[in-house]
Amino acid sequence: MARAVTPKRKAITTALAWAAGLVIFFPILWTILTSFKTEAQAISDPPVFLFFDWTLENYGIVQERSDYMRFLWNSVVISLGSTLLGVAIAVPAAWSMAFVPSKRTKDILLWMLSTKMLPAVGVLYPIYLLFIRFGLLDSRAGLVVVIMLINLPIIVWMLYTYFREIPGEILEAARMDGATLKEEILYVLTPMAVPGIASTVLLNVILAWNEAFWTLNLTAAKAAPLTAFIASYSSPEGLFYAKLSAASTMAIAPILVLGWFSQKQLVRGLTFGAVK
Amino acid sequence: MATRHSRSAARLMMAPAVILLLGWMLVPLTMTLWFSFRKYLPLRGGDLGWAGLENYSRFVSSSAFWPSVQATLIIVGGVLAITVCLGILLALLLDQPMWGQGVVRILVIAPFFVMPTVSALVWKNMFMDPVNGLFAHLFKAFGAEPVSWLSQAALPSIILIVSWQWLPFATLILLTAIQSLDREQLEAAEMDGAPPLKRFWHIILPHLSRAVTVVILIQTIFLLSVFAEIFVTTQGAFGTRTLTYLIFQRVLESQNVGLGSAGGVYAIILANIVALFLMRIVGKNLDR
Repeated sequence: MARAVTPKRKAITTALAWAAGLVIFFPILWTILTSFKTEAQAISDPPVFLFFDWTLENYGIVQERSDYMRFLWNSVVISLGSTLLGVAIAVPAAWSMAFVPSKRTKDILLWMLSTKMLPAVGVLYPIYLLFIRFGLLDSRAGLVVVIMLINLPIIVWMLYTYFREIPGEILEAARMDGATLKEEILYVLTPMAVPGIASTVLLNVILAWNEAFWTLNLTAAKAAPLTAFIASYSSPEGLFYAKLSAASTMAIAPILVLGWFSQKQLVRGLTFGAVK
Repeated sequence: MATRHSRSAARLMMAPAVILLLGWMLVPLTMTLWFSFRKYLPLRGGDLGWAGLENYSRFVSSSAFWPSVQATLIIVGGVLAITVCLGILLALLLDQPMWGQGVVRILVIAPFFVMPTVSALVWKNMFMDPVNGLFAHLFKAFGAEPVSWLSQAALPSIILIVSWQWLPFATLILLTAIQSLDREQLEAAEMDGAPPLKRFWHIILPHLSRAVTVVILIQTIFLLSVFAEIFVTTQGAFGTRTLTYLIFQRVLESQNVGLGSAGGVYAIILANIVALFLMRIVGKNLDR
């Protein structure tokens, strides 16, 4: 809605907002800039901002020394795998809650959300023990399952809210025309639900990508995703600012891009519909 | 409407999600409860039998307990205060007409998508390092002595890092709430000559109260289990050992599973108290 404001006022708000935005974004910008410096320039005193010899060597070195691609692949497998598995389990559940609600639907939904509130550290040892027992420690499969489970409530919830926006009459019409339940879901519901499912996948891939409790505690060298790889830079002997920045930039770049598309889903997915 | 056939089909379709989550909740929870009543030291003899409530009383009476509660409260409270106050200001600012609004929004939201280990390491090394950090350069430029942030002011430093990560979340939700405000009401107040501060206090703030409550509750649940930020910066030293970190150390570092599990039960109870309030708000919204 266009409100009439004087150009002067608009200029002031613009300046203020840009200043605030740049301050908040600065750590990310600084990391990206530092990733293109040499190690000497990265710690030069006084710090150089833009006028340095831009170089790509850090990116090459990070890949060479630490096999970065392997960690990246682990992140991709774990975040995509856990999300897709979660969506496969959640779609039928959300469908039945949205279109065949019973008296207990609301309670079940709230209970599911409440499992999300369980503090991870409270069940750390049992999960650790179960992982050892079943040989899942430091395996991608184990992490896919755990991260799927911690995000499943959000996935069910988001899909439920999207499905509820689909008018039930359309499904009834399909049923009248003799569509079976399977056809109804596959050919009528799914096409209409694609945008909602896509948004759900998007947000949950981001959440899974950044998950840093289970990934740090349940992996070592083999299945470690980028969260754990970056944490290994915290040891003083491995500390090189430019390389740390290059590794960080590569770890956050894909998710920053995805994140910009998911602003709206963020509100829907993380406030459980309590704010609209 | 729903036939009996579709009703049983619906139950069947819900089953996998319900059973999985039930298992995910009950199995580890039961194990934690069981361990919390045992003297269980995996590296020093294993399960040494029934301990009754000893773990519970020892966890609370250990010298590390109250400082950890204090650190937890300071971090949660500090981050909440900063993110809610700045979040309201930023949301108000971003709601104004301006040039390049979309880009500014992107800049403000970006930190939320940075993985916790990256943001902790970037802040720790590139900003808070007493020799090469930007803050050190800044202090030297003004002739001040550089501060070793993560040891001399460890708690405020952690609060700064975590606030930076959560400010976008608070801002985005409060902005969404502001945008749902009835414009006409606001314009009417403006025409009646109500000054901006009065308009904020009597119209905008009451409208935001619900969103603020939700932000506080959701963030509290996540902030109570802040882990990676401490793991890669101070490792719990310099007064930053939160309840979560203390339990982690008891369980995995000193392998005192009984004691750690008792701590875990405390943490679960604490989180559930917060969750109860949140669920009540969410539940009310489901009815509408």
